Amino acid sequence: MFPELNSILNSTPDSFKSSDFILVSDRRADASFLIHHHLSFYLRAGCKVCFLGLVQSFSHYSAVSQRLGVSLAQAREKGQLVFFEGLKNSIGVILQEDTSQETQPLSYLRTPGAGLEGLFRFVERSVRQSGDGYAGESWGPPVLLIDDLSVLLSLGVSVGAILDFTLYCQAAVCSELQGNVVILVRCEEEDADDDEEGSNLLQRGLVHQCNLALHVEGLPTGYCRDIHGQMEVWWRQGEETIYNQRKIFHFKVHDKGASFFARGTSSAVL
Amino acid sequence: MAAPVSGMAGSTSTGNATSFQKKPRRKLVSIPGTRPSVQNGQLLVSSGVSSLDYVIGGGLAVGTLLLVEEDRYDSYSHMLLRYFLAEGVVCGHELFLASARDHPDEIVQELPSPIVDDVAGMKISEGQSQPSDPENPDTMKIAWRYQNQPRVQPFTMDQQPPAPPNPFTALAVASAHPSFFRFQKRPLLPLPVPYHALLKSIQTVIRKEGFDGSTPQSKVRNVLRLGLHSLGSVLWGDDVCCKDNPAHCHALTTFLYALRGLLRTSLSVAMVTVPSHLIQNRAVMGRIIRLSDTAIALESFRGSEKETNPLYKDYHGLLHVRQLPRLNCLSCEVPDTKDLAFKLKRKQFTIEVSSQ
Repeated sequence: MFPELNSILNSTPDSFKSSDFILVSDRRADASFLIHHHLSFYLRAGCKVCFLGLVQSFSHYSAVSQRLGVSLAQAREKGQLVFFEGLKNSIGVILQEDTSQETQPLSYLRTPGAGLEGLFRFVERSVRQSGDGYAGESWGPPVLLIDDLSVLLSLGVSVGAILDFTLYCQAAVCSELQGNVVILVRCEEEDADDDEEGSNLLQRGLVHQCNLALHVEGLPTGYCRDIHGQMEVWWRQGEETIYNQRKIFHFKVHDKGASFFARGTSSAVL
Repeated sequence: MAAPVSGMAGSTSTGNATSFQKKPRRKLVSIPGTRPSVQNGQLLVSSGVSSLDYVIGGGLAVGTLLLVEEDRYDSYSHMLLRYFLAEGVVCGHELFLASARDHPDEIVQELPSPIVDDVAGMKISEGQSQPSDPENPDTMKIAWRYQNQPRVQPFTMDQQPPAPPNPFTALAVASAHPSFFRFQKRPLLPLPVPYHALLKSIQTVIRKEGFDGSTPQSKVRNVLRLGLHSLGSVLWGDDVCCKDNPAHCHALTTFLYALRGLLRTSLSVAMVTVPSHLIQNRAVMGRIIRLSDTAIALESFRGSEKETNPLYKDYHGLLHVRQLPRLNCLSCEVPDTKDLAFKLKRKQFTIEVSSQ
């Protein structure tokens, strides 16, 4: 959890907006540090978290969260965190040796043209489980975190199928259960030739669905050692605001967090 | 955090004996040829070229994938692959080499051998007259200069077979013969047959030799080095390099995703070269880069107009660092500069910041 990002987004683990659909995207940069922020944020807030880790192993997230002050192994044991190991389980499915029921969520790997229904059923099961920790404590509203969605495009799933999946997730998690959804999408350059099946199309479709979009890019002026990039925050109009709001910040990622500052106020410049 | 103070409550401690206890040191896994990273404790292996190790943050982390985008004639990238394998031989790691173009045995015959440090060579020759006393100040100067050399020995381009005493076992060398597989009618696979066979044999090797910790450790733990040459080229049965809208556009990316899964769950490092200059679809190239951990691209000057450019007269090509991994930590190694050029001299492949 990054305190500066909390103040930018006006949210704390004690009070945050519910039924929120947050899109984290990047273009030729790495926005995964924002996923680590949201993971530790919602675990601290006491929510039930369903994490689809499709590109990294559990130990990676666990090591980073340790530095941010949250223990994933403990959360998983207590039942607060449901972690889906996409990477480890997919080898068996791709090599067609594992046909058991546990790999039903990975059915999109068996037949490349298929949809993500298996994955959605898994998500639905995980978020609808009532809080039955050993101490009988019930968790807060459910949260779905996906890292990252655009890797499904590399595995042969179509953009339409992915957008259907996110619509179903939004209906199940945000509308019915008043929970939050945070999705990471990694994009190409804007002028990529084939856009029909590209990640740009996916990102544009998701921007229309979301309430809050965080877009990370490199600096437009080039590479800089001290400022790792710029982050654009876009709020959809809500009850109080009449128009959409948009702000740009520069950031630098440290070992234990990230610092955000207004453009031009980096310590390297001042 | 200090160890809990024990035996202080209520008792007058004996004079100068402190009650702080030293925490028992955790046993670190020590595998030959690896060292822990100073930043995040990852286990690193050398890629064979010391200046490349420096550029990518100390070395290749075990469990990750290095992607090398080939230069136009696949000369320097092929050499990097051979350096990677030769380093594995010297460190005593197991090797797995897959190539669809050259037979893997031929590649293995041509691995470069390490050079011996020249200063040590002078001491070995006892009988010869050594330029010692009158040039004492000079020999001291030479010794001082060699002090700053990096630990990893650079390699020559000698065509000798690997003479060092470490015997290596090239465990499985797979070369794809698509015609063999087409006789059988197979159900629709998510991967085309050569990639499927390659993935299957990699998984078999990892399981059988216990790199993923599945078999009980009867022998010393070791690292498996995988060298995969020219994935994505037509010889692997993939048409992503020859068509704008390939029929198998997800084959290579699915393969890399599965390979990533295998690497993360075992003690292995992979180096994959891809002929990126043949891939027309930039989106596919972007996905391939994101599926690997460290990605570099080589651009050689041979045959291009940059060969005669006075700016580049000392170098043989440019090295672009496309991606550096963030493993088990938030931040990654941030290089000072991105203008890197490489040159291949008789004994060394060096990467330097291109002047100006």
